[in-house]
Amino acid sequence: MILWWLGDLLLLVVVLPVVVYLLSGVLRAAESIPSTVDGISSTAAAGSKDLDAVPLLLTTQDQVIKTIAGVADYGTSLDVILDDA
Amino acid sequence: MALYGFAAAGAVTILAVALIVLALVFYLVSIIVQLRRITAGLGEVLSGVGEIVEKSAPVNSVVKTINHQLDTGVDLLEGLLVKKAGIDDGLGLVEGLYPGSAAAGFRKFPQSGAAKPPRIGTVYTRGVLTLARLGREAPIAAASPAGPALRDPAYGSAASAKLYPEARQGRPSSLPKSPVVGTGAPVQYEEREDIGAPRKRYADSPASPEPGAAGAAGEPAAPEQKLPVPPDRPKVISWKRS
Repeated sequence: MILWWLGDLLLLVVVLPVVVYLLSGVLRAAESIPSTVDGISSTAAAGSKDLDAVPLLLTTQDQVIKTIAGVADYGTSLDVILDDA
Repeated sequence: MALYGFAAAGAVTILAVALIVLALVFYLVSIIVQLRRITAGLGEVLSGVGEIVEKSAPVNSVVKTINHQLDTGVDLLEGLLVKKAGIDDGLGLVEGLYPGSAAAGFRKFPQSGAAKPPRIGTVYTRGVLTLARLGREAPIAAASPAGPALRDPAYGSAASAKLYPEARQGRPSSLPKSPVVGTGAPVQYEEREDIGAPRKRYADSPASPEPGAAGAAGEPAAPEQKLPVPPDRPKVISWKRS
């Protein structure tokens, strides 16, 4: 009989607060994650938007190829015109 | 009595277990809700990251191509410069255009890093070069290999003063100062209204006042009326033989 009461006391005074404390800690940690995930999501969206200009690199590539071709032609002409050192 | 004690202890036990189960249910359900929100957020993150990966996929090859083309251009220009001017003079030209860049040398010619670039590529404006030829005040004239300049560039004004008569440069306080003109001048003249105004012209209509009739009532009239002559009409010059 006394042991039973001691068990009840143990449940109410020790087990229940420990369970509540541990679960509240897990809940707090879980509640802090969505805000971080939202931040990561907005950052990823902004990074994706920043990369919208990437297709322009193809234009840059074509322009560089044309420029280098022009420089090569100009250099060939200079090579013909100017004397060597 | 003992039966009541057992019943009470059992009730307390049931109450304690029920409280623990309630706490477990509350917190676990809350955690499940948060985990569902996290899952939804991670889905959005995954789509965003997927877009980034998709958009940045061709960047590597395109940048490699651009770098390859630019490397080809640099090699071409370096080769042409070295072929036409030589490594030393080419380095001097590069150093003159981009100071400090000759220390790295040409990329295609690793031995060019040890060469000492000559001072041949310094670009000056035409005015500076003219002053340098005259030997006056040009900064490059101070370090000219032909010798010092005629004038000290650090004290250009004092050196230039020596080129003028001593009366003005040696005793400037005894000379009158330059006059002050404009609104700050000590003597202000009254403005004339006719300056800047349209030029006066005679009227061509017959209703205009005649020169002879404009006199007073007691004055005799002019014997004959003459047409008004505009002031800008060229005069007719006649010669009479004497």
